[in-house]
Amino acid sequence: MSGILVIGEQRRGELRPVSLELLSAGISLRRAGEEVAVAILSDSPDRFVKPLSLSGVDEIVTVKVGAAEFDPDIFESAVGALITKRNPDVVLVAHSVDSFGYAAALATRLGLGFATDVFSVERVDGELVATRGGYGQKVYVEVDFPGRNTVMLAIRGNVFKPPEQAASPRITIFDTPPVQSRATGREFIEMSAGDDVDMTAAEFILTIGRGIGEEAKVAQFRELADAVGATLGCSRPIADAGWLPKSRQVGQSGKTASTCQLYIAMGVSGAIQHLAGMKHVSTIVAVNSDAEASIFSVAKYGIVGDIFEIAEELRKHF
Amino acid sequence: MKILVAVKQVAALDEDFAIRDDGRDVDSDFFIRDLNEWDDFSLEEAVKIRESSAEPVEVVVVSVGPDEADESLRKCLAKGADRAIRVWDTCIEYSDSIAIARVLAAVAKREAPNMLFAGVQSSDQSFASTGIAAAALLGWPHAAVVSNLTCTPGANLAVFRRELEGGLLHEVEIQCPAVLTIQLGINTPRYASLRSIKQAAAKPIEVLSLSDLALGAADVGEAGSSSRVRRMYVPDKARAQLIEGDAAQQAARLAQIIHAFKGAAS
Repeated sequence: MSGILVIGEQRRGELRPVSLELLSAGISLRRAGEEVAVAILSDSPDRFVKPLSLSGVDEIVTVKVGAAEFDPDIFESAVGALITKRNPDVVLVAHSVDSFGYAAALATRLGLGFATDVFSVERVDGELVATRGGYGQKVYVEVDFPGRNTVMLAIRGNVFKPPEQAASPRITIFDTPPVQSRATGREFIEMSAGDDVDMTAAEFILTIGRGIGEEAKVAQFRELADAVGATLGCSRPIADAGWLPKSRQVGQSGKTASTCQLYIAMGVSGAIQHLAGMKHVSTIVAVNSDAEASIFSVAKYGIVGDIFEIAEELRKHF
Repeated sequence: MKILVAVKQVAALDEDFAIRDDGRDVDSDFFIRDLNEWDDFSLEEAVKIRESSAEPVEVVVVSVGPDEADESLRKCLAKGADRAIRVWDTCIEYSDSIAIARVLAAVAKREAPNMLFAGVQSSDQSFASTGIAAAALLGWPHAAVVSNLTCTPGANLAVFRRELEGGLLHEVEIQCPAVLTIQLGINTPRYASLRSIKQAAAKPIEVLSLSDLALGAADVGEAGSSSRVRRMYVPDKARAQLIEGDAAQQAARLAQIIHAFKGAAS
């Protein structure tokens, strides 16, 4: 069999942007005569038809399931039924928290080829080859899937550009038998703000990371941020330790620096999850004692040095 | 109650490292090994449940890895695990997350715990799939990226929060036994005391082979994996333009960048 099946992702009535990126990844893999289908699972999937009606998509498959929000048992069962019925070559899901909850289980149960956090995929001599990172992104790893008829790939967000042109793909309804889930979703909770800062609205952010070493050093950078007129942000370890409120955390599980134009990262190594929240900023300056830190690969300017010394010297200019 | 905690000894790379001759991995001479950061949190979560429980709770750590992994298992014993199991066989080499999950599931069948915890992901290969794959093999309910957990020994339901993207949490109730993958920040992992480190050094580590788990070579390694590494390489990454000089000169240039931004913004 053939074809590319994309599993769209929605949450609280909104299509998640990564769904559209998956479409582009799928379209890039299409061979002559193959189709790209996107499935959307929801208790009311029809509302997602319009935003998914984009150029390059041949078919939208609406899958009505018994839960409004993600549920691992329900998703595993419905996506599993879809794969079994259609036998696609490639199944694309997002490398996201929802997919973490079911994709590996499904790939294991159906014996699919499987790779996660894939940021590049191509066909080499007809064989699918996916590229992901290894050892904290210090190396890239090419993987293939010998002997697998169907390969499921979890694609990293913010890599593929979504298709822009509207189109009118055909719409198919896929019926899936009801499943009794062993989990019950209760409610969504916004992470308690801690303070009223809005990182998404800040134009100038100074972020501190694990490199500051101890809580007592936070004050120095808070004062520096105030002096230079920046909003103080942090990477995950600082918020986890409770040194700064969660509302100041920039990254995948924290906030995105959406309107930021100048971003100074001090003592931030640049884990992929942190980069997801800031790598788009036009001017990034990274200060780190480790010349090999990943943050330097997204920064415009880099300072290899001691963050405390730089902070002290910088303070004299304001 | 028994909680099985799956842990991994991960490898970070030395500043200068080399790819192995076959081009499929980094030369292990350049590995700096340590307990996976996520696993520190899942172990702590299990130990916390034991400490707050009226009924006895046993915390068992399991790792799939060669002799060197004992070091990480001892760290876990020092931090409060009651028992440690290590599984190894040379054919486990080249296993991906799904093949490792097959070994973990076999250990879980043998140990029959009430809960299986794993880290959300490992810091070296970042598959984010081992725990959930093991759940599929066990047929257990499962959930990923748990950042808050209420789990009472003996209860057949646990309540947790999934940490979603963008600072959103999703509260979910799940039937036990279950597999949960634990997120950073769920607790504050303890440091091992000198005394507990000494005690841990004297504790035995149970070592199992594939045949002890009724598994064969076809279940693990490349044969049992869902993907195969073709090639590993050091990418040509974009590099920041470096600001040279001593700290005063570097800071002066940074101050210029800030002033220029503020001038343009005002």
